[in-house]
Amino acid sequence: MPNSAEDIVSIRGLTKRYDGKVPVEAVRNIDLTVRRGELFGLLGPNGAGKSTTISVCTTRTPPTSGTVWIAGLNVVEAPAQARKHMGVVPQYNTLDRQCTVWENLYFHCRYFGYSSATATKRANELLEMFRLTERSKSFVRELSGGLAQRVQIARAIAHQPEILFLDEPSAGLDPQSRLALWDSIRQLLAGGITIVLTTHYMEEADELCNRVAIIDHGKILVCDTPANLKSSVGAQKVISLHLRSVSDSAFERSLGELAGVKGVEPTKEGVRIFVDNLDGLLPRIIEVTGPRLKDISISETTLETVFIKLTGRDLRE
Amino acid sequence: MSDSILYARAFWGLMVRDISVLRREFIAFMVRTVMNPLMFVFVFTYLFPKMGQDFQNARGISFGTLILPGLVAVAIFVQGIMGVALPLSFEIGSTREIEDRVMSPLPVSLVAIEKIVFSSLQSVVAALVVFPMIYFIPATPVHVHVNSWTVLIGNVLLASLASGAVGLTIGTIVKPQHIALMFGVVVVPVTFFGCVYYPWAALHSVRWLQIAVLINPLVYMSEGLRIALTPEAPHMPVWATLAALLLCVGLLGYTGVRGFLNRVLS
Repeated sequence: MPNSAEDIVSIRGLTKRYDGKVPVEAVRNIDLTVRRGELFGLLGPNGAGKSTTISVCTTRTPPTSGTVWIAGLNVVEAPAQARKHMGVVPQYNTLDRQCTVWENLYFHCRYFGYSSATATKRANELLEMFRLTERSKSFVRELSGGLAQRVQIARAIAHQPEILFLDEPSAGLDPQSRLALWDSIRQLLAGGITIVLTTHYMEEADELCNRVAIIDHGKILVCDTPANLKSSVGAQKVISLHLRSVSDSAFERSLGELAGVKGVEPTKEGVRIFVDNLDGLLPRIIEVTGPRLKDISISETTLETVFIKLTGRDLRE
Repeated sequence: MSDSILYARAFWGLMVRDISVLRREFIAFMVRTVMNPLMFVFVFTYLFPKMGQDFQNARGISFGTLILPGLVAVAIFVQGIMGVALPLSFEIGSTREIEDRVMSPLPVSLVAIEKIVFSSLQSVVAALVVFPMIYFIPATPVHVHVNSWTVLIGNVLLASLASGAVGLTIGTIVKPQHIALMFGVVVVPVTFFGCVYYPWAALHSVRWLQIAVLINPLVYMSEGLRIALTPEAPHMPVWATLAALLLCVGLLGYTGVRGFLNRVLS
């Protein structure tokens, strides 16, 4: 059973294996807890197992082993009941193409047992809340990506679930729509709903989430607040050197011996140096590197740095 | 709210959605339902007799009388394909818009069963629309005589459910890009070998075909309606059509629901 009533999502020992010509273990023995009212992020590259985890939580994928409880209900034993407590926005547009925006909201309410009058009232309420009233009679094919996304979120919360799952909500959105989406997410959270989102944009996880689990190759590597995750790197800045020739261990050692350097890692293009502050360090790094230095870039520690530190790869690789 | 009330309301919600979509597309529904039998009846039972090329079988039963039950059966059968298989194939395989309905608070198998039930409703409406049309158009008299309303209603209902089950099975198997091919590979042979234009008994002269067509559900739909509407035409025994249709509903319904579950839950 879940640990406490405060936990709305409780995942224990979840594994999902797809048997095919090439069997794939998409999720490997995951344990995870999401508390009521928080915005929880699953951050990881494409194919890390984020969507599979969400699919199991939302009853669309049967797990190979392990258990998931949503609002205290086991999703394998009581899927229909569990669905009452959750709203889902999948990665792709699943709006009903044969229905208008208003009908999408109205029929969703009917599926959840609302009477015609209550469903009508709720659909109108949602149109207003998501500033969709003008588009109420539009068919789905007439909507832009950002608008369709808004309708999907409105529909997902139409039956007033306690938890909302957003699978890669900002994928494919233009920057303006993404900011609007973030605003909607913050408003929903203020309204008391719990949100779990998956993303491979570290800015999104950093900007929005109370807690983030970093997931890679089906495993959760770490799970904490973005601030704690970033401070766990133990460095304030990251210096990336692009080299003309391949880095070697002697070179990396000599960089590592410089005062203020917290760590050195080889990358495809050269090396990555973790430092606390840059005071006087750059000239020395350039001196040690010599003429093979092609380019240099400096960035703040981000969740991406955390991911790099944990996996040796960056999120887009 | 108890589980069964929750499920019943969700099921009704799915029906309301389908009915509302059908209402909007009612003209398209009518055209696809009426066109085939209308053209067929007009050419073969109106035009041909007028041109002096009437068909009659040995017992003097007019062609109109022979094909009337078959055309009603085709109208019922086609709804399963057009009303379920076609949209479902896209909703599952292409747009994945079925997902919101799969996420309704009821067992997923009931989402599939709703498709069969809704399709049968369409089939019943189609039968009611087609029947008067093919009764009144033919130039030679069509002899319709309902011996038993129970047999008629039983056959229409079972045929409608069976065609819904066929539609569900096809819709979950066939990928959207292969739908056009499916018409050639499935619909055309099923219709031509479905004892629509001739009674099953008449196939005795081609014995292997007479046995082979027994795997075709449309055969039992046509024959069942022949028993109910034109009893003087040769037909199978009542028990045979009812039992075979019941078997079709059970077998294809099971296959369709399994196929649906496999497609939407992975």
